[in-house]
Formats: sequence, C-alpha cells, structure tokens
Amino acid sequence: MSFFPHLLLALLEGTVAAAVLALSALGLSLVFGVMRIVNVAHGEFFMLGAMLAWWIAKMVPGGPLAGFLAALMLAPALVGLLAFATERLLLRRIGYDPEATIVATIGLMFVIQQLALSVFGADAKPVAAPFTYRIAFPWFGFSGYKLFVVAASVALLLGAWWVLARTRFGLIMRVTQFDRETATAFGIPVNQVYAAVFVIGAALVAVSAVLIVPIQQAHYLMGLDPLLMSFIVVIIGGLGSIRGSVLAALIIGLADGVISMFFTPTLASIIATLAVALVLVVRPQGLFGVPAR
Amino acid sequence: MTDTRLIVPEKKRISRRSALKLAGTGAASLMGGLAAGPGFVRYAQAQSSEPIRVGFQVHRTGIGAAYGRWYEQTTNAAVKLINEQGGINGRQIEIIAEDDATDPGRGAEVVEKFATQHKCDVAFGTLFSHVVMGSAPRAGELKLPYYVVSEGHHVASGALNRYTFQPGITDVKSQVISMAPWIAKNVGKKVAMIFPDFAFGYDHRDYFSAAIKAQGGEVNALIPIPPTETSFTRYFPQIPADTEVIYHVMVGPAVLTFVKELGEHFGSQHPPLFGFIDSLEAVDLKSPGLEFLEGSYLWEAYPRFAGASPTAADTFYRGKVGVDANGASVADPADISTYSHMFGCWETLYIIKQAMEAAGYQGAGDKAKLIEATEAITTIPEGNEHPQGDKIFNGKIHQSFGHQNITQVKNGVGEVVYRTTIEEGLYEPEADYTKMPL
Amino acid sequence: MSVRIILLHAGVILALFLMQFLASDYVVLTFTRIMVLAIYALGYNILFGYTGLLSLGHAMFFATGLYGAALGVTRFGLGVPEAMLVAIGLGIIVSTVIGAVSLRASGVAFMIVTLMFSQAAFLTVLYFGDYTRGDEGIVISDEFRRFSLFGLEADLANPVLRYNLALAFLALAVAVTLAVIRSRAGHVLVAIRENESRTAMLGYDTARYKLLAFVLSGAFAAFSGASYALMFAYAGSTLASIQYSIHPLLWTLLGGAATVLGPVLGTALMFLLVDFASGFTSASLLVVGVALILLVLFFPKGILGTLRQRYLPWLP
Repeated sequence: MSFFPHLLLALLEGTVAAAVLALSALGLSLVFGVMRIVNVAHGEFFMLGAMLAWWIAKMVPGGPLAGFLAALMLAPALVGLLAFATERLLLRRIGYDPEATIVATIGLMFVIQQLALSVFGADAKPVAAPFTYRIAFPWFGFSGYKLFVVAASVALLLGAWWVLARTRFGLIMRVTQFDRETATAFGIPVNQVYAAVFVIGAALVAVSAVLIVPIQQAHYLMGLDPLLMSFIVVIIGGLGSIRGSVLAALIIGLADGVISMFFTPTLASIIATLAVALVLVVRPQGLFGVPAR
Repeated sequence: MTDTRLIVPEKKRISRRSALKLAGTGAASLMGGLAAGPGFVRYAQAQSSEPIRVGFQVHRTGIGAAYGRWYEQTTNAAVKLINEQGGINGRQIEIIAEDDATDPGRGAEVVEKFATQHKCDVAFGTLFSHVVMGSAPRAGELKLPYYVVSEGHHVASGALNRYTFQPGITDVKSQVISMAPWIAKNVGKKVAMIFPDFAFGYDHRDYFSAAIKAQGGEVNALIPIPPTETSFTRYFPQIPADTEVIYHVMVGPAVLTFVKELGEHFGSQHPPLFGFIDSLEAVDLKSPGLEFLEGSYLWEAYPRFAGASPTAADTFYRGKVGVDANGASVADPADISTYSHMFGCWETLYIIKQAMEAAGYQGAGDKAKLIEATEAITTIPEGNEHPQGDKIFNGKIHQSFGHQNITQVKNGVGEVVYRTTIEEGLYEPEADYTKMPL
Repeated sequence: MSVRIILLHAGVILALFLMQFLASDYVVLTFTRIMVLAIYALGYNILFGYTGLLSLGHAMFFATGLYGAALGVTRFGLGVPEAMLVAIGLGIIVSTVIGAVSLRASGVAFMIVTLMFSQAAFLTVLYFGDYTRGDEGIVISDEFRRFSLFGLEADLANPVLRYNLALAFLALAVAVTLAVIRSRAGHVLVAIRENESRTAMLGYDTARYKLLAFVLSGAFAAFSGASYALMFAYAGSTLASIQYSIHPLLWTLLGGAATVLGPVLGTALMFLLVDFASGFTSASLLVVGVALILLVLFFPKGILGTLRQRYLPWLP
C-alpha cells in the first residue's frame, strides 16, 4: 500500500483508538478527579459492561439493534448498582484511604473476574454491532460502526463536559474536587456526592463498554487493558481534567497508530510506554493539569 | 520392546538416591553445621489395590480457561471409560485436578504438589507452552513422569528432560511443515504470514518459512503482532499486493476481532486465507463477523465437523465426550469445543495406560520402568483409543507424529479437503532424551 | 538493637531451619519458593513501607535478576555464583537509572511512571524474543545449575540444598533490612514518609535517600529473581508481567507494611491461601479477592502492623 492510503488508515485507526481511550477513561477521570482514589476495579466494570452487553443481546429478541439498545439501558444500571454497593459497603467504610482503596479494589477485581468466569464462562464472546456498514475506500474498507463509536464518544464527552461546567450538580462536583473540607463547610453532602460520582463513573464505563464491545469482544480477562490505558490517559491529561483526558487520548491514540507505521509494533509499544513515563517525569501534574497545591 | 530394556538395575537406583542424600547432607552441614540430612526423597510404597493417581494440571482460570474446560471434560470421559474397562493393571485411575491459572510459576508449584503432596504416579494434561516450560524442570527433578498435551515444539526440541513426554498430539513444527506442500500446490506460493510476536509465533515463522521455500515458494511478508494487541487493522497495509496466500495464526481472545477486521479491510477482494484453527477453537464459525472465513482454509489436527462419513472411532469418541457432529456440546449447540486439541488428553491417557501395562507398573518404584516403556512405543494404531488417527512415536524425542487435516469453510461448516500423510510431517530428530540419566 | 528484636528474628530463621526436619516434602518445597519470593517483598517493603513510595513496577527488577541469571548461565557461560552476582549488579544498575528518573515524579505519577517503565521492560523481553523465547521462556538445564564454591560441589537440583540456600538468602535479606531501618538512614526514610518537605528542611538530601531506598528494593528484587530462575530452572516473560509487580505490594500489605517480618509473613500466608484454596475450588482468585477485602476492612495495617499497634509496640 502506498504512503497516502497507509497514512489515511493510520489516522482513521488512530482516531478510533483515541475515541476508545477517551470513552474508557471518562468514568475513571471523573472518579479519580473528584474522589482522588484509584479504582483498580475500573477495568472490571468495563468488562462487566461488555459481558452484560453480550448476555442482554442474547436474551433480547429482535436483532442486534434491539439488543444493543437494551444493553445500553440495562448494563450501566446493573454496573451502577454494583458500584453503589461497593461504595457503601467498602469504600465508605475505609474512609476513601488511597492505599486501602487500591488493595480493596484489587480484591474486588479478583472477585469480579472470578464471578464473571463462573457465570459467563471463559470463551471470548462476539457481540454483533447494531448495524454493519462497510465504507469502501479505493484502497481498503473501513467499518462504519467504528466511526459511529467515534461520534458517540464525542457526544458523550460533550455531555459530560456540559454537566460539569454548566449544571448545579457539576458545580457541586467541582467544589468537592477542589477541597473536601471547604465543600463540607458549604453544606455540600460530600458523602452523597462521592456515592453519586462513583456510581456515575461506573455507569459511564459500562456505557463505553457496550459501545466498544462490538469492535472487540467480551472476555473475562479484558479489563486489564482498559484499566492501564485509562490510567495513562487520565494521568497524562492531568487529574480530573476531562479536556486534558480527551487531548491525551487523541495524542496517544494517533501517536500509537503513526509510530507503528515506522517501527515494529512491539518496539512502537515500548517507545510509546517510555514516552508516557517521561512525560510524567517532566510534568508530574500531567500535560494539562495544574501543579498540586 | 524387550524385557531387558525395561528392567532398571535396582542397585543403580539406590546408589543414585543415596548420592542425592549425601549431597543434601553436605549442603545442610554447609548451611547449618548439621550432621544428618532430612531424608528428602521419600516415596510412599503404593498398594496394588490403590488407584493410580494422575495429577491433572488444568487451565481452569487465566488465559487458557476456554481450553481447560474442554480438556477436563475429555479427560473425565476417558478416565470413566478406562475405569469401566477395568482400569490399568486392574487398578482404577483417580484424577487429581489442580488449577494452574495458566501461569508458569503456579504450574511449577502444582507439579511439586502432585509429586510430593498428592503422591501422584504421573502428571498430565498441560496445554500452554509457557506452563509446560515452567513445570517440566520440576517434574524432571522430582522424577514425576509428565505427559503434556500442548502441541509446542518444546518437548521435541530437546529443551526439557527425560521425564517429559508429548505422546498424544503432534508438535507445531511437524504441523507447520506438513502444511507447506499442499499450500504451495493448491493455494499459492507467495505467502504473507501474520503471527503472534512470541515464541509460538516464531515456531510458525521459522519452520513454515523454511518449508515453503523447500516447495519453491516464498514468504513475502512477516507480520508479527504483539500479544497485547486488541485491534489489527493497522497491520494489514503490510500485506503486499502480490500476496497469494495470507497465512494467519493467532491465539487468545482477540482473534475474532482479527478475522472481522480482516473482512472489513479487504471486503470481497482478498487473497485466499490459510489459518490455524488455534485461532478459532471454542469459537462458532457462524459468529457475527466471521462470514469472511467462507471459502478459506484451516489447519485442523482433528476436524471439528464429523462430515458425511466419520470413522466409527470418531463417532464413538464424540459420543463418550459429549460432542455432536458439529463439534459442539451435546447439551448446548452454541457451546463449541476445542475439538482440534482436546483429543490429545484422551489419547495421552491411553498411552499412559499402554505404557504402564507394558512396564507392569505397580507403584512409585516403577517410574523408571514407565519412562522406558513409554520411550519404547513406536507405532500407535487408529481406534477407539486413538480416534484422531494412527501415529508414530519417536522415543528419542518423546514426541508423536500424526496426520494433519486441511479443512475448507463452506457455508460456515468445515469440510476436510486434504489429510496429510505422517511422513509429510517428519523431520530430523534434534535430541535424544534416552541418553539422559533416569 | 535490643536483644528481643535480635532474638525474634533469629528465632524465626531458626524455626524455618528446624522446619525442614519435621515438615513434609511438599512443605519444604513450598517454603523454598516462599522464602525466595519473600526476599522480593522485603525489598519492596523498604521502599513502600518505610519510605512511603508505592511502586507498581518492581517486576522489572525481579525480571532483571531472573533474566540476568538465566541468560548468564545459559548464554554467557557464567557459573551459578557469578551469575547471581552479575544479576544483582544488573539489578542495582537498572534500578539506579530507573530510580533516578522516576523519583522525579511523586504520588500517583510515581506509580504510573514505574508501571510504564515496567511495562516497557516486559515488552523488551518480548522484543528480544529470539533470545528470551518471550512468553514461553527458557528452561535452565541441570548442567548449568551445578557449581563448586570453596571446593564444595553443589547442585541446585538438590531440594535440601535449595531450601537451606533460600533460607540463608532470606536471613541475609532480613539482616540487611534490620540494619538499614535501624540505622540513621532508615530513620531518614521514615521521616521522608511522614513529611518529606520537613525532612528536606532539616537539611537531609531527601532525593538521595529515596534513591537509596529505591536501589535497595531493586537489588532485593533482582536477588530474588536470580534465585528464582536458578533454583526453579525457568525464566519466562509472565514473571515480568504486571501481576508480578502487584504481588509484593499485596504480600507487604497483608503481612504489615513497615514491619520487618510483615512481608515474609504476608508472602507465606498469601501463598498458602492460594495453594489451599486451589485444592478445593477453581475459584482461588475469589478466595484471594475476598481475603484482601476483609483484610482492608478489618486489618488495615496488615497482620503484624495491627499486632504492633495493639500489643507489641517494640516490633521493628
């Protein structure tokens, strides 16, 4: 394939990768930003969303579109419910202590993985996209659904930005993020905000899983990858900055696609990983974050 | 096999054991100034009425779990049958299954557990190559006969030890080289290879490249894909335009995405595909996105679809394991088995039975005899014990060689178009385990 | 150092020594492995428990030792003792470089930087697959595991030798840990954990002390990795993966961070728990997960940390 089509493909793939990254990181960015805790089970919430999408699509009659819509409603609700229980029974009881949260959510990660294995089985599960449309370029074809994921990702991110920047609930979240004590002093029920943020974060990652799973497939060990990638995106972008996360996702997604045009893929991954580390060394607050007070 | 080969001089064994003890004592006194070693090597004297204990290292969790479940189902079916038919030397087989989490570290621990806690007579059943590599040294050291069902080239390469065997399934080197003549003759000579960027993929890369060259063909692109990858489209531009065959072998759950994206990328205009079923084990060929496989060719060790005229042994085997003519579970037609690999468990158990009977195996003291009896096996006839087909076994490299199959996907169903001869998969032995001490 | 501290630690080592005469073969084999891995956790604890730096990338140092030793004996013709020393030396070099870079970040950024470096190291192992055989790994055959030292012939295939060697290594690691944390430098490390800026204001070069802790933990990890490769005859990329970075964190937290024996206890308990659970259920991960959650809820300081808090304030 000659240079231009190759580059076009790399850019298309990079955009899709960026959308996938931004989508899976959105929930983590919110939780991480507002609550300042690392939820290691974030990837498992993603996996559960994908598994539920598969299961619901199997249960709901009427073709892939009906299944997809049903999953889009039900999967976030169920994952949100689990997140609510986690917040109430676990995180609140340990007082959102950062280290204890890591250990507890590692434990939760194992529990969810094992339950998913026992309930859904070990096989990789394909989920049909709600529609199939192949865009035929002169040099190659490209999945129309992948571009739909890009569009959906943009819409979700805009929505999240709007809620945070323009609504009262967004204001409350921002105040809580800024300083927990101040928020309490202003009469903000911090505990309830935390619960809401944790549940919304989990529901968001479930939504992204339902959107993404037709271009991948559901598997009980799929959670590690979105977890790591979300971490990178959120940290590089800067804590709690959704705009930063989006930019980081774009940079990483596109860079990965283009770098792998020139190097062997494993070497490309090594370079990309080292680059992330070095960015953080130079700017520990992330590319777009402000230094910690 | 002759009797003299099977008898291990009792004296030799004792002297080795006391040497070990002596060395241990020396070490202990070096460390702590102690006079007596703790007598590490203790074998329980098994009673002849006791069951034969087979340690089954099974991938119940981790990346191999999809395979593990079917390995377990096949193993249980074979053991039930052997026990119904009177067991081995009149003793029942007892399976002691432990999960190794598809992890080489845990695998090694499980082998230690089989040898010293469960007092197993043999260990068996490992699939993933890295677990075999991590576990085999422990089995060799603990003198536990270890029969793997992995298809890796590790056993035949000579990297392992006298106690490790692979008698139930052909290794990847043999599989790969037996495919080359047919591909060159019937599909094309310019081959682009897509393979995972780790050891299993390198075996394909190295052995197939050499084999296709020997047929007058060439590999025109090598496209390694990192094992962590979840999206593949960006690798496809590396497939040259003059490619006549796309050769793909992938492992892990991402393979569905791989095939689907290949379809989206190429549409209806694409070079013929030749793939290894490893990619698609436990996956329904009629899954959404796999329409692209229509007309393509697959290697199978043991064809998933019984076809119009299955052998009596195949029908018998499917019935006992609980798999229908489409390679799916009898209980749930959507539950596809790992048909091309799991027969190895069945056949390996019958090899263990054959070797134990030939050795007159009575208990742990006869392990050396068991090793020699296994090494003495040469031909393995087709039948209910070996439904996949006849095989030859090379005792020097502890590896069996059987027929391979090339299947074409027609209407989402695999149909065998060629069955190789055993000779097409033979290569010069690279090692001789029989020269290693017992 | 008070007498009872010395007595306690010497007593633990002695108990482990005596255990080989009473316990079954299986326990002896299991504890060989536990002791080797406990060295890894001990080093991790110096960085995490005492200095307060949470690394998610120590598998890279474990892997440095693992491959340094494995490739050293199989490819470069080194003997076992030389390979051990080379592997530890490599561990020190690698951890000095990585530490110097990653310690410029702190908090969560430090976690991610170490994670990324470790991921890069893991990928490097795969990248050089023609030498490392990637995920499949290298088996170290028996002839590479025999050596003579001070005129004594030794063979690492001998389980008794292996047990006592692992015990000697563990004793060494415990002694070094004790010496470090009871020293002036050790107090500075704890001061950094409690309040880094105040420690710096008191005139301590905190960056140097943090690097010291980092390199010590890296050297311990490499020591453990090298012993693991040579004793159990295998090196593979799985042992360089992220799980092996999380292991020492879990072991340390379970046993009690910032207690000397905590990591040893934690390693043993977690190991035995997995082993025990996998005997009757395939859901051993579930058991581990539930154990972790209960631990956090009811013993947030780990077992020895809780003991120290409630009953044994003198525990180091």
